[in-house]
Amino acid sequence: MLTHHSYLILSAILFSLGALGVLIRRNAIIIFMCIEMMLNSVNLAFVSLSKYLGNIDGQIFVFFIMTVAAAEAAVGLALMIAFYNNRESVEVEDLNVMKW
Amino acid sequence: MLEYVGLIPLFPFIGFVINGLLGKKIKNEKVVGGLGALMVFCSFLVSSGILLQLIGRPAEERIFEKVIFTWIQSGQFKADAGFLVDPLSALMIMVVTGVGFLIHVYSIGYMHGEEGFYRYFAYLNLFTCSMLLLVLGNNMLLMFVGWEGVGLCSYLLIGYYFHKKSAGDAGKKAFVMNRVGDFGFLLGIFTLFWYMGQTHNVWTVNFREIAANAHLLPVGGVVTLIALFFFIGATGKSAQIPLYTWLPDAMEGPTPVSALIHAATMVTAGVYMIGRLNFIYIRSHEAMLVVAIVGAATAIFAATIGTAQNDIKRVLAYSTVSQLGFMFLAMGVGAFTAGVFHLMTHAFFKACLFLGSGSVIHSMHHALHHAHSHDDPQDMRNMGGLRKAMPITYLTFLVSTIAIAGIPGFSGFFSKDEILWQAFSNPFHGGLNIILWGTGAVAACFTAFYMFRLVFMTFFGECRITAKAKDHLHESPLVITFPLMVLGLLAVVGGYIGLPKLIGDMFGGIPNYFEQWLEPIFAGSHEFTLQQLAHAEVHHSHALEWGLMGASVVIAIVGISVAYTLYIASPQIPKKFTDAFPALHRAVYNKWYIDEIYDFLFVNPCKALGNFCWKGFDVLVVDGAVNGVASIVRGFSSVIKNLQTGYVHNYALSIVLGVVTIIAVYVIR
Repeated sequence: MLTHHSYLILSAILFSLGALGVLIRRNAIIIFMCIEMMLNSVNLAFVSLSKYLGNIDGQIFVFFIMTVAAAEAAVGLALMIAFYNNRESVEVEDLNVMKW
Repeated sequence: MLEYVGLIPLFPFIGFVINGLLGKKIKNEKVVGGLGALMVFCSFLVSSGILLQLIGRPAEERIFEKVIFTWIQSGQFKADAGFLVDPLSALMIMVVTGVGFLIHVYSIGYMHGEEGFYRYFAYLNLFTCSMLLLVLGNNMLLMFVGWEGVGLCSYLLIGYYFHKKSAGDAGKKAFVMNRVGDFGFLLGIFTLFWYMGQTHNVWTVNFREIAANAHLLPVGGVVTLIALFFFIGATGKSAQIPLYTWLPDAMEGPTPVSALIHAATMVTAGVYMIGRLNFIYIRSHEAMLVVAIVGAATAIFAATIGTAQNDIKRVLAYSTVSQLGFMFLAMGVGAFTAGVFHLMTHAFFKACLFLGSGSVIHSMHHALHHAHSHDDPQDMRNMGGLRKAMPITYLTFLVSTIAIAGIPGFSGFFSKDEILWQAFSNPFHGGLNIILWGTGAVAACFTAFYMFRLVFMTFFGECRITAKAKDHLHESPLVITFPLMVLGLLAVVGGYIGLPKLIGDMFGGIPNYFEQWLEPIFAGSHEFTLQQLAHAEVHHSHALEWGLMGASVVIAIVGISVAYTLYIASPQIPKKFTDAFPALHRAVYNKWYIDEIYDFLFVNPCKALGNFCWKGFDVLVVDGAVNGVASIVRGFSSVIKNLQTGYVHNYALSIVLGVVTIIAVYVIR
């Protein structure tokens, strides 16, 4: 029986996986994807709680998050391409020109 | 014409602006030099017009003040930019523009082909403008502007050959020593302004207003202080002991500059200033005594140095210092008219002497250059017998030398004899009079000696340069000899406007025009003297005056004969003399080691202090504080900066840790 508990646990697992990915991966695109995963885990939490509480607000919030994520994807990928053009790499270690 | 007095300093200023800004582009020496000379000539014309107009007025209406605009106004303090025309300033502008014009013309020939020709004329015009501002200014502040302006131009022109280190050093020396004097001048202005304002509520720096309120000044006390402050200013500008050492070094500049600035005009500014402020000096017996003693001491001291110099310009420089000493002696014994008279005649004959020496140097330089010799063209030991090659220069030089030596009939005699007579007979210094007169008389003897030594070494005897060089000796062109002839003529006749009463009476009562002319300026002081000193009208017998006049003629002739004996009749004597007294000769030749003493007493301690302030204070304390703050910050940041690794993961980790911490705090609480 799937209760809203299960959705929330799944959401927490997905979020943790995403955060872990952000912390340990070097490839910027993977990190980017991890961030997306974190966003979507939050979406899942929103939707399940919205259903549980009988309040439509959470679902509306999800639309906003998806819109922002789409815009973020567009900008983020453009940045990746510009970075790759300059450095032939998308490793975050190479993003170091501002470092002292 | 009086209304146009503002044009007098304006013309040279226009010349300065045009030559200074465009001279480099014009390139044509005739245009640049012609413009410079023309502008001064225009000033000369306006000055002449003003002089004629003043002569046309009755004596008591010969003061005219033209205010152009209010320069500074602040509370009680007010200073105008205005010009004061009176017999004294009219005389000065005639000397400055007249002699100045001749020297501008001379410079066109003398500076021919020099690099920076336009620069020279720009400076010379600026100098003329400043000098005219100095003498025409109707208040002390405007006078001070001119005073500083001439100092600046003097510095620029002494350092004209700035690629020579000695010229740069001489310029700096002149400027710094003048600053010492200017400091005294400023203190004098402040003290006078403050005293008149505080005690009598007369807040003014205007000469006429001060003179009108001169009766408010007490005798002695603060007036002595004011007079001495102003005198410090005068010693700097007019090269008196103790601030005279810059003037001989100023000979590094081009010769016409020496003639104009360091003989005829600028150095007489101190004498002019004391003449202008005569009502202050007459009220302080002590200050007058100081002026007289310093003047007499400078006169004889510089004269002794002049006897042993071999550089033609240096002899003339020491002669100038000595003659300025005579002028101050005159000021110090209350003979203001005689001092200003000597100022004028000295401007004529000394300008002529300097320009003559320039003509000689010019010719020597060419001759030595053609012969590929590296001998010094200014050293009199290389000269000799030049009278055949340069007859006009020789004649004008000889006339001026006779004038400075004080032979009757030439201008210098009338002015110098008047000073000596006043030094002897003035009512101020009592028993010291005889000493002042004696010092002056001995200095006059030395003057005659070293001036004729110069003439004999330069123009007489055998030429001491190589035969090859000798063929290239030639008379200078007309542009150089013309000013010489005019000045030579003035050196002869310039004295006749101030005939002593004694001689005038002999020729059917010719009055002393010069004294009459300046009378309105010094009348107040004269009356004051009569009131203060009951015995002021002591009548010395005519026989005594004739006797002293005869004595000064004898003195001059003695000086000349000694020079003749030593340098023409038996030239081996000077050598024997220096061998007999080597220490004395060395001391005199090295200018009594005054420069070395000053270096030891003032210059080196100042340098040491400067070095201490630089290395001890500025580098250690000031720079140390600034750099110290910077290095503390840098040290701190070198620890802190390790937090900023630049790795995205580290930042992400800290964000996550932060979020976890915040949530943990909320959950646990």
